[in-house]
Amino acid sequence: MSLPDGGAAGLRGTLAAGHFAVTAEVEPPRDCDPEAIGRSAALLRDWVDAVNITDNQGSRVRMSSLAASLLALRAGLEPVMQLSCRDRNRLALQSDLLGAGALGVPNVLMLTGDHPRFGDHPEGKPVFDLDGVQLVWAARTLRDDGALMSGGKIATPPAWSIGTVENPFAPPAGFRARRLAKKVAAGADFAQTQFVFDIEAFERWMAGLRELGVTEHCAVIAGVGPIRSLRALEFMRSGVPGVVIPGHVERRLRAVPADRVADTGIDLCVETIQRLTAIPGVAGVHVMAFGQERRVPEILQRAGVGPATRTKAASTTPEGGNHHDR
Amino acid sequence: MTSTAQPGSPWPRPSRPRLPARAAYALHTLLAANAVYRRLASYLERRPTLYRWFTAGERAGKEALFGCRMCGQCALPATAYTCPMTCPKQLRNGPCGGVSPAGRCEVYPEMSCVWVTAFDRAERTGHSGDLDLLQRPLDNREWGRSSWVNYWQGRDENLWTGATGDNPHPSLSPVSGPAQW
Ligand code: SF4
Repeated sequence: MSLPDGGAAGLRGTLAAGHFAVTAEVEPPRDCDPEAIGRSAALLRDWVDAVNITDNQGSRVRMSSLAASLLALRAGLEPVMQLSCRDRNRLALQSDLLGAGALGVPNVLMLTGDHPRFGDHPEGKPVFDLDGVQLVWAARTLRDDGALMSGGKIATPPAWSIGTVENPFAPPAGFRARRLAKKVAAGADFAQTQFVFDIEAFERWMAGLRELGVTEHCAVIAGVGPIRSLRALEFMRSGVPGVVIPGHVERRLRAVPADRVADTGIDLCVETIQRLTAIPGVAGVHVMAFGQERRVPEILQRAGVGPATRTKAASTTPEGGNHHDR
Repeated sequence: MTSTAQPGSPWPRPSRPRLPARAAYALHTLLAANAVYRRLASYLERRPTLYRWFTAGERAGKEALFGCRMCGQCALPATAYTCPMTCPKQLRNGPCGGVSPAGRCEVYPEMSCVWVTAFDRAERTGHSGDLDLLQRPLDNREWGRSSWVNYWQGRDENLWTGATGDNPHPSLSPVSGPAQW
């Protein structure tokens, strides 16, 4: 079931071919361990098209996403380098983007970022020189027009694809599809979403995107993840900004004995992925399995998505199993 | 549990506009750029003391009405008169993903997100399309300057742009930008 070099096509190729893409989240280590990313790579390589290398996620200090992206490349795992506006002004953002281009990082993903107030250095200065839309815009201009924000031309432009994020569930509901449309107008090639637990709300948002023509220009990758415990449920609801967990999900997790919660969380995640594959315009899933990375292959196998299942499907049926409408 | 940042904290705090959106749009027609205002603006820029007084007046008025922080490049006409610089992340292109289900700010959960307020005001006054405009990055050298003078001088023309036209991706740096000042 293993693919050579973590999938010949990579995320961009997978999306271009119209296959259902799978990405996962990898947090860089909180130290200088050069092997940490390699361990994630060994686990995920065959199962995902690419991994997000997070950028001081949750406003907590970690190894830089650029360094960790390079380690991922070396370990044969395709990185999506996250870059947040929280910690860098426009000079630093552009220099990291240039660095990513030179090092062959194939994808970058632009974020506004959580406020430092919630992190391990709440006394730090929030930068927010640009917002997430402006950072996407600057990246696209850098790549396609070969120009810095100053207007200065660069001789060797980068080749990465540009990602962004959106939260379909946060108010104002009437603006969330339009907000992603803005990011696509600014230049986003793909977008990952906040955790999807409320499929009906997500479908409404997707309908809005299709109406605006956003899904024709931007691959929408839905965020999913298993809830490990009731404590994790509580944390996601109150500790992670922007996550909405509907009542029926909570009831299902609370209905089982404590030692069954994790498995129920996995079941829920698998079912969510399966329902998402049927929604027109959903180009893939992004799995965020904090503390449960080991179970990502199991989730993907049961849901029947990702490179490993794709090769299997391709060897049995000529069409492949996950063709979908983008 | 971290306590909520108090007034006097260095982070901007969401501000609820005290002037109804309709009144603000009406006020804008009074201040709309014209030849007289343009001449007044260039006159003010030649008189530093007068400019300071004028700017102080602008600050007092707009601070009271909108929580203005004097970024010098006013976004109010495109945000249903809700100041985006009072967002703790100073986002000029719409809300972040951290808005609570009740529409509260991620950083100050006791306050409404300024973009939820802006969206509400824009919808109710028929200006919702303004929020789709792409807002260019701020020129940080303009903090503390008079946004009215800048506006009358025509320097705001490229603050935002639409995503319409043949080019699906509008240019970040406007080709025909305002004269350097
Ligand atoms: S000048 Fe800047 S800070 Fe003042 S109201 Fe306008 S946008 Fe807000």
